[in-house]
This record gives sequence, C-alpha cells and structure tokens, in this order.
Amino acid sequence: MSELPLQASSRAISDAALQAAPATKARGYWTTVGRRLSRDKVSLACALILLAILVSALIAPWLGLADPYQGSMIRRLRHIGTPGYLLGTDELGRDMLARLIYGGRLSLMVGISPVIFAFCIGTSLGLVAGYVGGWVNTAIMRAVDVFYAFPSVLLAIAISGALGAGITNSIVSLTVVFVPQIVRVAESVTTGMRSRDFVEAARASGAGPLTIMRVHILGNVLGPIFVYATSLISVSMILAAGLSFLGLGTKPPEPEWGLMLNTLRTAIYVNPWVAALPGAMIFAVSICFNLLSDGLRSAMDIRN
Amino acid sequence: MLLYLARRIVYVIPIVISVALVCFLLVHITPGDPLVAVLPADASQELAQQLRAAYGFDRPLPVQFGLWLWRALNGDLGHSIATGRPVLTEVIRAVGNTVTLALAAGVIGFTFGLLFGLVAGYFRDSWVDRLATSFAIAGVSVPHYWLGMVLVIIFSVELNWLPAVGAGPNGSGAWGWDWEHVRYLILPAVTTSVIPMGIITRTVRALTGDILSQDFVEALRAKGLRETDVFRHVVKNAAPTALAVMGLQLGYMLGGSILIETVFSWPGSGFLLNSAIFQRDLPLLQGTILVLALFFVILNLLVDIAQAAIDPRIKRG
Repeated sequence: MSELPLQASSRAISDAALQAAPATKARGYWTTVGRRLSRDKVSLACALILLAILVSALIAPWLGLADPYQGSMIRRLRHIGTPGYLLGTDELGRDMLARLIYGGRLSLMVGISPVIFAFCIGTSLGLVAGYVGGWVNTAIMRAVDVFYAFPSVLLAIAISGALGAGITNSIVSLTVVFVPQIVRVAESVTTGMRSRDFVEAARASGAGPLTIMRVHILGNVLGPIFVYATSLISVSMILAAGLSFLGLGTKPPEPEWGLMLNTLRTAIYVNPWVAALPGAMIFAVSICFNLLSDGLRSAMDIRN
Repeated sequence: MLLYLARRIVYVIPIVISVALVCFLLVHITPGDPLVAVLPADASQELAQQLRAAYGFDRPLPVQFGLWLWRALNGDLGHSIATGRPVLTEVIRAVGNTVTLALAAGVIGFTFGLLFGLVAGYFRDSWVDRLATSFAIAGVSVPHYWLGMVLVIIFSVELNWLPAVGAGPNGSGAWGWDWEHVRYLILPAVTTSVIPMGIITRTVRALTGDILSQDFVEALRAKGLRETDVFRHVVKNAAPTALAVMGLQLGYMLGGSILIETVFSWPGSGFLLNSAIFQRDLPLLQGTILVLALFFVILNLLVDIAQAAIDPRIKRG
C-alpha cells in the first residue's frame, strides 16, 4: 500500500521505537527506564523544574502571594525588582509573580490535557486499525490522512476560530490536532507487532482479538506511543498558549501565560521585560518537556 | 516514474475533496447564525430569511456543499461579509505576502538547519554537536510569537534598529526587494525560521549519524577515499529525507504563520485569517483555510515527486 511519506519524522520515530524492543518482564523494564532516566542529569533537572512549576501552581493559594486579580491604577507596570513586587506589575497593576504562578494552573491544564485525551483516543484507534487491518484500517487511516492535509497550527486555529473562544474549545481543537498523529504512530507499531510469534501463539491458543490487543499487544506498543505523546506536550503548550495569545482561549481576567502575553503586548514600549515574562514561562515548560521526552526516548532505547 | 506520478496524483483527489468538506463543515460547527455579522440587531424575521436565502443557507447541507464546491472549482469562493470583496482576491493578495515571509524564513532556517545538522552529525558528541543540538532544541521549544516579541523589544524598542510592525514604509503597500522593505522582513523572517531550523538540525543530525554508521561508509574509507568525498556521499544519502522535511516545513510556515503575522502585523494570510475569525466573516474564514490547505497538499505532492525523482528506491516501493 502506498502510504504518503508525509511524516517521515514520525515514521522514523516509530521505527526506532520498534527496535527499542520493549520488555520481556514489565516491571523490570520500567524500573530500568526509571533508573536510566534519573541518572541522566539533564532529564533530572528538567523533571525537577517542571515539578516545581506544577507544585507551586497547585499550592499557589497557600504560598502567601499577592492576589492575582487585585489590580491598582497607581502601581501599573512596575519594573522587575521593585520592592514588594519581585517581578513587577502588569498593565492593570496586578502582581506579576502571583499571576505567573497562578497562571501555571490553566496554562498547564490546557497544554497537557489535549495530549492525554489524544493519547487515549489515538492509541485505541491506532491499535484497532493496526490489529484488525483490512477495510477498518483503510477507513481509519484515510480519515487520518485528511487531517494531515492541514498544517497543525492552521487546523487548531481553524477549529478554535469556528467553535469560538474558550478553554473547552481550545482543548477540543488541540485534541483533534493530535489524535491523527498518535493514530499514525500507534498503527505503525501495532502493525509491526501483529505477526510476531507470541501474537500468533496467543491466537492459536484461542484468545479473542480483544484479549490479544489488551494483553499481548498493548503492553508492547504503549512505550513507543507514550514517548511520542510526551514529545507532543511541548507543541501543545505552545499552541494552547498561542490560542490564548490570539484571544481564542482563556478570557480575562484569568491568569494564563498566553493571555498575559497578549494583554502585556501593548506595554512593550513602557516596560518591555515585564511584558516578556509570561513567554519565558511557556518557553521553560516547553523546553523541559522536550528534553525530558528526549531523555525518556534514549532511556527506553534498550538494545541488548 | 510515470506510473508513480499518475498514482500519486490520483491519490490526491479524494484528499482534496475531503479537505474541502472539512473547510465547508467548519462553518457549520460554528455556534449561532452564520449571518450574525451582517444582520442588524433589530432585523426582522423576514429580512433574516431573505438573506439566508440569498446566501443559500436555507438549502440542505449536501446541496450547499455541492454548490460551494462547484463554485470553488470555478474560482469563486464567495464574497467577504465584512468588506464585500471577493474572497479569492483577498486571499491571493494576502498569500503573496505570506509566501514572501515563508521563503525568506525558509532560506534562513534551511541554511542554518542543514549546516548545524551536518556538522553536529559529523562531529557527534563534540562541543560543536552539543552547541548545535542546544540551538535546535531551543528552536523547536520556543513559543515563536514570544520570540517575536523579544526580538521587537531588543531591536525595535531598545536599539531602535528595525521596525516593529508592518510590511513596508507605507503600511501594507506593494512589496519590493529593496532595503526599505527588507528591513521590515528581517524580524518576522528570523522569528519564523527558528522552528524549521531546529527541526532540520535534528533530522539531519540523526540522518548523518545513521548514514555514517552504515557499512558502505566503512567501505568508502577502506577504498581510500578522502574524507571530503565520504562527506559528499553522506550528503547525497541524506538529501531525499532532508528535502521531504524541508518541503513539509515550508508548508507549515505558509499555513502556520498566523501567530507571527499577528505579532508583526504582517499583512499575510494569517493576518487575514485572524480578522476573519474575529469579525466572524465565515466565507473569508472558509476560503482562507481552503486555499492554505490546498497549498499544503500540493506542496506535499511536489515534495513526494521530487523525492521519487532523486531517490530511485522510492519508485520501486
């Protein structure tokens, strides 16, 4: 079958992942991966940074921060380092440090949840397409091809623009963007697994297709798909904040990094570096997820 | 080759139709009346009905799609609700500016991406490799709309060297390749180039590494070839994949420029899309997305064909 060589990169990833030959023993395998990952200094640092951002966002109300919604016209756009306002204030006089920390709540939620949803939906679809094959495969994969005909930023913005602004709509549109990508990876690893001896053996011993998919295939393909999904989080963070930046995501006055960047954009001639802060948060989270995903990939790339 | 060409082209037809269907349906997932932008708030029920009929919104969906597709095939994408001008005219003018931006960004991103990727792949695990891969990972991780803002802060606000917004001294007038215009292109083009730069660096680095570890490279060296000639072989082997990735990236830049064009008020297709969304100008939204997606499909087709022309292994597959 002639498949579009559109996504050379994703196929290369799944090929490499196939060779990664996951797991004779499930627990031993994941322990090994965890140990390798924690020995990798870069991955460890990234994990700690992400954890710090996530935890501080979660416990923000108990950190003794200023009220992120409380503005004041007399203390607008204070500079970074102003006593009492460590990171300055925004265009409405709200404390930047508090808003950046509180902003992690929505930003991380809207950035990460589409990948989680897409991971669940995409893995199921890809598994079925890869295992059942035939016309089911053709139907699913051709539908996926249609979504590949749109650049992902365009697709996300088109769906969000059509649905209208809002957090739920952002999550829906980003999920639609990522599902096809995960389906392709899942289908390709499953197809590679389908004719393996142990699957044949399970089939010969009378296991039904659902059991085989759940017990014998899922465990073996989940790793590569998971790694691919983690590599999407960084894109998702950037796009989610980008939608808010355009005015298609969160609505004011909620603290959210993309929206903060948007509203502070008018202030770049007054207090440029405060205006750039929310983007630095997006950058930090996105680069940490990327490096962590790279670390995970090489940690899982176990060759005897 | 001819057979391959024919097969690829035939394969594109259902994709194009499905893409048109998605663009068409986008408008119909929109909550609220599609005429909300033109109808005065106190419009009578009768007037609303008349307008609905005039725009064809009262017919069944499949009929609407058929008519829309037929008109689109004849180059008629309807009229913008906001300006009343034909959608196609508006889109073509805007796409021209986006192509200018994407080409400039492509030249920057592809040059540095190839350079960094080859050097990093060739000198694996050296300091050059680490530097290039750091650049690459920063390039793919940076929120490019923020990078645009930071560059504006540095080069426009602080240093006052380059203009912050627009596409020329007289707003969005005709583009020209002179310094007066190119000044406006530098910041948006550099900003757009970082993602393709990062992706190409990573791809080419991995490719170079894979190729260098193959037996034929060993054989070439054993044969006594100079290292520069070995390098030539590596480049040749990496070219088809690198080309495919570059083509895809060019497509992403054309279709995904909305954020950057918003930051720099660059009068391209993304800027048009932005105003179409916020003025709820549905024909314009539909038309812009359709044209951009078709661009992307055709670009992909061209890349596949070019790849097959370079790499004899693909045609047999």
